[in-house]
Amino acid sequence: MKRDNIVKIVSISCYALFLIVSWIFGFNPGKQIGLNFITFSVDMLIILPCAFILIGLFEVWVKRETVEKHFGEESGIRGYIWGVLLAGTTVGGIYVAFPVAYSLYSKGAKLSVIFTYIGASAICRIPMAIFEASFLGIKFTAIRLLVSLPLVIIASILLGNYLTKRNYKITEAK
Amino acid sequence: MHYYLYGIAGLALLVSFIVNREKTLKAVKIAAKRFVNILPAFLTMIILVSIVLFLIPDKVIANYLGSDNKFFGVLFASFFGSITLMPGFIAFPLCGILLKKGVLYMVLAAFTTTLMMVGVLTYPIEKEYFGIKVTIIRNIISFFIALVIAVMIGIFFGEIF
Repeated sequence: MKRDNIVKIVSISCYALFLIVSWIFGFNPGKQIGLNFITFSVDMLIILPCAFILIGLFEVWVKRETVEKHFGEESGIRGYIWGVLLAGTTVGGIYVAFPVAYSLYSKGAKLSVIFTYIGASAICRIPMAIFEASFLGIKFTAIRLLVSLPLVIIASILLGNYLTKRNYKITEAK
Repeated sequence: MHYYLYGIAGLALLVSFIVNREKTLKAVKIAAKRFVNILPAFLTMIILVSIVLFLIPDKVIANYLGSDNKFFGVLFASFFGSITLMPGFIAFPLCGILLKKGVLYMVLAAFTTTLMMVGVLTYPIEKEYFGIKVTIIRNIISFFIALVIAVMIGIFFGEIF
């Protein structure tokens, strides 16, 4: 792990140095990369604090039994419906779904529902779907959603069952 | 663009604070701790994104997606969709332009779906939560789901038969 950390710190430093030097000497590729970095950082720094505040509140207020009942082993088909509905309201992108999924999992949601949630939050976010439809047409978005949702759910059930059999646990304490 | 998100988070925090101060403080602490813990992974991702977007600008993607061969169009689209990361407000207008230029719906479906579901660049974050193996499996599955979606879109829009 330590070696990894050193490699990481060195490469991030090189990256930062490259950006600074590019900026000073007006090296265009470096400036472009710097601009990309800033654009994306701002985009994420706007979304992430809110997402994590909501995750924090979820952690202290929502009881484990509630999550187990609606997202857990006993939830049956309702778990997947909840997973998709929750995904529909997720903002940002798949990278916001990971910490949320982790919270759900640590409160007793089952793996297949977690993967359904992640997949659905990639492709079925409501604001995004509306945006998509306005550029590519309602027919396109409708077909994409109708085809992808069952596939995501089926794949999640298969993956969830496979991992449960293998006694997979999400152990990272993030 | 994300004002409503701040509205919801702020309101939730306020209500929580009124009902129970201690719990709210605890929630904020959990939020801060998790945010800080995952920040290095996000930094790695943003750095990768900034470089990849420079190496593969929109124009290059547009060129490849407009390939005359349907099969290669879909393959290129899913390749670029997998290795890049774009916010929707850039990706969909780009697709809108490409559509007007005559790029097939199935190619655009492959591009947008892999863009959203397959994350080579989000790998540093995903692996922190789910481990390397599961991350790789999930991304491979997502890639094939995207291909199926592209084919179905192609069939429904009469682009295949």
